[in-house]
Amino acid sequence: MSAETPGAIDCDLHPALPGCMALLPYLDGHWREEIVSRGLDDLDLALWPRNAPLTARQDWRPAQGLAGGSVDLVRAQALDPFGSSIGILNTLFGAPALHNVDMAAALCRATNDWVAREWLDRDARLRAGILVPMESPELAVQEIERRAADRRFVQVLLLGAAETLLGRRVNWPIYEAAEKHGLPVALQVTSATRVAPTANGWPTYLIEDHVNFAQTFQSQLLSMISEGVFSRYPGLKLVLLNAGIGWVPSFLWRGTKEWRALRREVPWVDRDPAAIFRDHVRISIQPIDAPPDPADLAALLEMVGSDEMLLFATDWPHWRFEGTDALPPGLPERLRPRVLRENALATYPRLKESLP
Amino acid sequence: MSKHVVAAVSDLPAGSRRQVTIKGRPIVVFNLSGEFFALVNRCPHQGAGLCEGEITGLVTSDRPGEFHVSREGEIIRCPWHGWEFDIRTGQSWCDPSRIRIRPYPVEVAPGARLVQGPYVAETVPVRIEEDYVVLEV
Repeated sequence: MSAETPGAIDCDLHPALPGCMALLPYLDGHWREEIVSRGLDDLDLALWPRNAPLTARQDWRPAQGLAGGSVDLVRAQALDPFGSSIGILNTLFGAPALHNVDMAAALCRATNDWVAREWLDRDARLRAGILVPMESPELAVQEIERRAADRRFVQVLLLGAAETLLGRRVNWPIYEAAEKHGLPVALQVTSATRVAPTANGWPTYLIEDHVNFAQTFQSQLLSMISEGVFSRYPGLKLVLLNAGIGWVPSFLWRGTKEWRALRREVPWVDRDPAAIFRDHVRISIQPIDAPPDPADLAALLEMVGSDEMLLFATDWPHWRFEGTDALPPGLPERLRPRVLRENALATYPRLKESLP
Repeated sequence: MSKHVVAAVSDLPAGSRRQVTIKGRPIVVFNLSGEFFALVNRCPHQGAGLCEGEITGLVTSDRPGEFHVSREGEIIRCPWHGWEFDIRTGQSWCDPSRIRIRPYPVEVAPGARLVQGPYVAETVPVRIEEDYVVLEV
């Protein structure tokens, strides 16, 4: 099997956590009893039903067990075929969405221990994001502090939608801790379902959830820019996972246009939103919502105006492309080394500490 | 370029502005606490008459939640979309190197000198004992 993308850094892999029962060895006595006595196991997120086609590619579903369920699978399906030198595990699990923040904290901590023990310890190429109980920034910071010494944890994972817009100051302790430890903050396509995913109420179908998530990313990004998160934490990087890029130019145009008129209201936004975006925001390359004609992709990227934005990702085991065609057709050749490796190294300072 | 008498100083008190038309060009003249400045009366965005805009200070911030107002009276906001321009230079605040309004040189000259020429006093009668705002266009 020839690697299509040798040396690549895969920024978005999703290990499947079977459920809370798999975390029992990592929970203390109280929480173990709570989980067992309630029979609490499956905390899957609404956007990722296990058997939905989108959730796992057909040829990545094993005969037995969960898609994305083992280190053997990530090696055989993601790391080896693509020739990736590093892969970042971003666990999709509902623990951060729990209303009980103490339980959320216990389960996030156990999940991070599970990732460290059962994944990171077993393949030196693997890194991971830190799952945090984001509805309590105080507890989230405790988990970041606890985990920060393990340099294999390279970013902080947040749900794409939670109780508050992410720019709100109540969330700033998370950004402060992330910046302090050289950890980008990554938003995943998941919601704590506190609020409807559209400004006009609840949609009916899964397709609406996934397409509408571009709106969610825009709301969060605009909130973080307007509230001054990037002015206050200039070293912070924001990684949008599974966000797509088609919406970016119009977002930047509109944001800059309105900023010119209204910037007195938010004088800490001392550069136009497009400039802030280019300095601070990175987007994983799968799924790509590129124009139908590959020749138009270069024009789209030109409109975005950043060679640093795109990060290589397979989004394993989600079904986004066939074979090893993780790089979209039409990606300008000059961007290839940046997308495959250089942009990730510039985004994640911890990756440079142990370069394979 | 030629010099044009556009107003008597006494008719353009501190903090005021006046629109004039010189060689067919609409120009707005400002008195900033005794210093005079002139800009084309046309926003580079969509052409609004700047003269109708609000004159304010500059709001800046060192960190979110903090506001500093400085340069009171030296910024004009376009009446249509609120873009801010520095009256002293014509530069926009949002993109000063690319979005700017053409400034014109202004000076104050005594009437005694003006009556000798070669100034063009299109509409303003000049008296020897007064000072005048003179625009070079």
